[in-house]
Amino acid sequence: MTDTYVPPSPLDTHRIRELVTPEGVDLQLRLADAGERAGAFLIDAAVIVGVLIGATIALALIAVVVRAPFMPQAMVVVWLLGFFLLRNFYFIGFELSGRAATPGKRMIGLRVASRNGGPLTADAIFARNALREIEVYLPMSFILANAGGLGGWMVTAGLVWSGVFALFPLFNRDRLRAGDLAAGTWVVRAPKRRLGIELARRAEAEAPFAFTVAQIGAYGEAELQVLEDVLRSNNSRVVADVAMRIRRKIEWTSAPGERDGAFLDAYYAALRGRLETGMLFGRRRRDKHDRPV
Amino acid sequence: MRDTLRSQRFRQAREDQWRTLDRLLDRAERGSVSDLTDAQLLSIPVLYRATLSSLSVARATSLDRNLTAYLEALCTRAYFFVYGPRTTLLERIGGFFVTDWPRTAQRLWRETLISFALMLMGAAIAYVLTLHDPGWYSAFIPANLAGGRTPEATAAALRVVLYSQDNKGWLAPFAAFLFTHNAQISILAFALGFAFCLPTGVLMTTNGCALGAIFALYVSHGLGFQMGGWLLIHGVTELWAVTLSGAAGFRIGWRFAFPGEAQRLTAVAEAGREGAMLMFGVIVMLSIAGLLEGLGRQLITSDWARYAIAGFSAVAWGVYLYAPRPGARREGAQ
Repeated sequence: MTDTYVPPSPLDTHRIRELVTPEGVDLQLRLADAGERAGAFLIDAAVIVGVLIGATIALALIAVVVRAPFMPQAMVVVWLLGFFLLRNFYFIGFELSGRAATPGKRMIGLRVASRNGGPLTADAIFARNALREIEVYLPMSFILANAGGLGGWMVTAGLVWSGVFALFPLFNRDRLRAGDLAAGTWVVRAPKRRLGIELARRAEAEAPFAFTVAQIGAYGEAELQVLEDVLRSNNSRVVADVAMRIRRKIEWTSAPGERDGAFLDAYYAALRGRLETGMLFGRRRRDKHDRPV
Repeated sequence: MRDTLRSQRFRQAREDQWRTLDRLLDRAERGSVSDLTDAQLLSIPVLYRATLSSLSVARATSLDRNLTAYLEALCTRAYFFVYGPRTTLLERIGGFFVTDWPRTAQRLWRETLISFALMLMGAAIAYVLTLHDPGWYSAFIPANLAGGRTPEATAAALRVVLYSQDNKGWLAPFAAFLFTHNAQISILAFALGFAFCLPTGVLMTTNGCALGAIFALYVSHGLGFQMGGWLLIHGVTELWAVTLSGAAGFRIGWRFAFPGEAQRLTAVAEAGREGAMLMFGVIVMLSIAGLLEGLGRQLITSDWARYAIAGFSAVAWGVYLYAPRPGARREGAQ
């Protein structure tokens, strides 16, 4: 399958990992990059801090307003246990759910998966999140120790040492955290995609455009994909610009009253039809510089 | 009129299937598997295989990038659902207490012994040093943790700490504090194992040192027996749990440094998951220890009753974690 399929963006190829399902199809997982991971983590951290501040204020208010005996104690117990659960089980709880992702990861379109393709187990999720203790909290405690007056060299040494764990994902190909390493997991892109409209169908409603073989043969797959993006984004200025360039390239003489959108729809359908027919016979044309199909 | 594209007809024929699968997955992922009917649940794997075959066809015959990307995302979601964990939360929890936890504890017996030995060694060294020269005490116990329990304190003052029943209203917060504090330390001990065992070893030893030093302080004031009861009523459970968390940490670090026959990454991941299994148990033990320390110790002031609870918990944990189970060997061999 890999030799006949062109992945969407050449920039992505080094992050694609093979996952062959038992049915024998390679799903070609895309690993999350460091920026996406950091973004998801920052969202989650903001949620945790926000909930913590909100809950603290709420509990304090309850303890002050409700004047029952033992109310302050009850609120302290709730706060202590709540803080512990939030710190340790926010990530674990969300990753145990069906989506295997925290709110931050969901927003970015990521999920946790087992590196060997098997089911994601609770112990793996615990292991990957318990190691946040040395990846996040240990460096943080060294920074706080600096404020607390521990010697400068001690703090520096501690930061360098714990920084190794925090920056672990930057030093390996699969962007594994120390936690991913210890749990046999990785984080992959699993966005929810919408199925767009069938562009070729839009062309059917229009009056027929008669392109010659040479006119259709002017472009390859790379140009077809750009054209698809243009049509799907539906920006009238870009559509007009692209239509003008294609007309010039294929030396097309416009009929009176011909709309740019209709022209591009028709050309897209004709080009795709031709390239796909070539595909069926095992002939691909990567771009306009490739030999014609 | 232009001819309809082959890939366009292909999409028209199968689109309904994909959308059905998409909708079912949406509902299943929201955690509402229970409100899918049996027929719907059974249709997911069938639809998944059909969609997977659509993906193969699309990759080979269609140049609609939006379509292939959609099918890839849909198949990936469906794959994780179809081949994901099949057990319910209740079954998992049951399985954990009945087999997984004790079996992991048994498998990590070597690491547990090492972890325990380090703690014992720290305790013995601190005990001997402090007994001979009380000046060592402050080296093992930071002043802010000592709370007046210093070598200069009188025996009467030290005795008060052992049997104090003040602040009864704050027992529950105290228990909660002890639990969360100890659980956090034990998770740290586990995580530190990743740095080739050494920091975990240091943590176990210093923990032992603090125990040895404070015990020596009470022994030197003739309160050794009483101190034993005060310490062990919850200490059996708590120290056992801390020992296990150290063992879980050692497992990761050891397999990381010396993977043996296995590939290093595989070995570490296996050790990490084993350790994590044990850590779930550690947290359960520490919550029990927190209750024993925060409530039990403050309410039960008889030395013999304290020793009785300590003895009972030692036997109970020992039997639960290490007693051989019927069928364990056979399942282990599979």
